[in-house]
Amino acid sequence: MPLVTMTVNGTAVSAEVEARTLLAEFLRNDLEMTGTHVGCDTTQCGCCTVHLDGVGVKSCTVLAVACQGAQVLTIEGLATGDALHPMQAAFREHHGLQCGFCTPGMIMSALDMVRRKGHDLDERLVRHELEGNICRCTGYHNIVKAIQAGASAMKGA
Amino acid sequence: MYDFQYLRPATVDEASRVLATQPDARPMSGGMSLLPATKQRLSHWSAIVDLGGVAGLDEIRMEHGALVIGARARHVSVLSSSVVRAAIPALAELAEGIGDPLVRNRGTIGGSVANADPAADYPAALLGLGATVVTNHREIAADDLFTGLFETALEAGEIITAVRFPVPKRAAYAKYRHPASRYAVVGAFVAETAEGVRVAVTGAASHVFRVPAFETALSKSLSQDALVGVTPAYGDLNADLFASSEYRAHVIGEMVRRAVQACLHPSTPSRNA
Ligand SMILES: Cc1cc2nc3c(=O)[nH]c(=O)nc-3n(C[C@H](O)[C@H](O)[C@H](O)COP(=O)(O)OP(=O)(O)OC[C@H]3O[C@@H](n4cnc5c(N)ncnc54)[C@H](O)[C@@H]3O)c2cc1C
Ligand code: FES
Ligand code: FES
Repeated sequence: MPLVTMTVNGTAVSAEVEARTLLAEFLRNDLEMTGTHVGCDTTQCGCCTVHLDGVGVKSCTVLAVACQGAQVLTIEGLATGDALHPMQAAFREHHGLQCGFCTPGMIMSALDMVRRKGHDLDERLVRHELEGNICRCTGYHNIVKAIQAGASAMKGA
Repeated sequence: MYDFQYLRPATVDEASRVLATQPDARPMSGGMSLLPATKQRLSHWSAIVDLGGVAGLDEIRMEHGALVIGARARHVSVLSSSVVRAAIPALAELAEGIGDPLVRNRGTIGGSVANADPAADYPAALLGLGATVVTNHREIAADDLFTGLFETALEAGEIITAVRFPVPKRAAYAKYRHPASRYAVVGAFVAETAEGVRVAVTGAASHVFRVPAFETALSKSLSQDALVGVTPAYGDLNADLFASSEYRAHVIGEMVRRAVQACLHPSTPSRNA
């Protein structure tokens, strides 16, 4: 089996994996980091979103072996000790979740949005940019508010 | 997914050699169509040949007055490229309407073209603009490339390296997209070129096609008035739970009209939100 080495949340990891192993499976099964969720089979829900070399990707549609040497950031890598990342704090503050299944993907996707679009995000833009993330509970309203607030809180951070 | 061998060659030649000797091997670019399809276990690959290790395939540049986009240029690179925006803004706008931001961060033009999904967006731009597909073996006119449902004129071991677009006088793409899948229920690309107006339609049949009746009418006058009374006869249009063939025929006319409007007034939105 191919050996793959990558850096996940700042820590070097390596494992032998089957070539077909998806990055999401590698994170969840091999590294036992289950914060990255898998909600669909069709690359549509975005629950599995992580950052690969700084860019938001659906980790259910990336081969782990293709991430040789890469930097991966997952939801587990955001908080500093007990202090939540401003985007996480904003989701809590604004009730941006109900069951929480979509939340890791929503937050990783929101951070990619900030990277691409900056800190001042109007509601229309957030809704448009959130097309790759599906939530079955909230109706999105509070997710949108949380992302706007989190993005502007990050400006000061 | 069935397991396969993973290969990451450093050159196109090396990739092509593997693909030529292993009929069940497939090249992978962004993986945004290949991996979802492979997950459905509809196909079994001996090897996936990742083109991600080949340097230089993602360049976007002007060459002898034409816009050349490397096969591995991601949708996000095309939509944000100042070179593309200056030469063919309609192409950047088309890329901006593909899937969602996370799909656009990975998916590439070469993969989209090779995949030839009947509802994909790029094929409409290639056919509408009269682009040329450059492979490791030859050049193929877009008119000769798309041959059927997920079928192209590409041969085994043939790898797209770039797409070359002549710069039109004006062009626009209008898409009626499926709200869940985001693919085109119907998309129309209209371009005013040196040889006249070209109209290409995606989403409506087994593969992208041109509409000569609209082209003739619009070549006389690129205006919405020129479309009045023009009712093209289509071959077999798709019918599915989203849209009947009669409805698609109607939406083609409407998308062409919107694309014409957007050619004349580039600030009009041509996408449904
Ligand atoms: C949720 C979702 C929504 C989407 N929405 C849209 C949409 O609205 N519009 C749209 O147009 N597309 C859409 N797509 C498809 C997306 O644009 C893909 O990125 C694209 O179709 C394939 O590009 P890729 O680089 O990911 O190719 P891959 O998945 O890597 O490959 C696709 C096919 O092309 C072959 N191939 C790849 N590169 C080459 C090459 N250089 N030479 C020869 N063959 C090659 C592969 O073997 C494979 O058969 C969507 C995808 C997803 C997952
Ligand atoms: S699990 Fe990756 S998009 Fe749904
Ligand atoms: S909070 Fe339940 S899916 Fe989004």
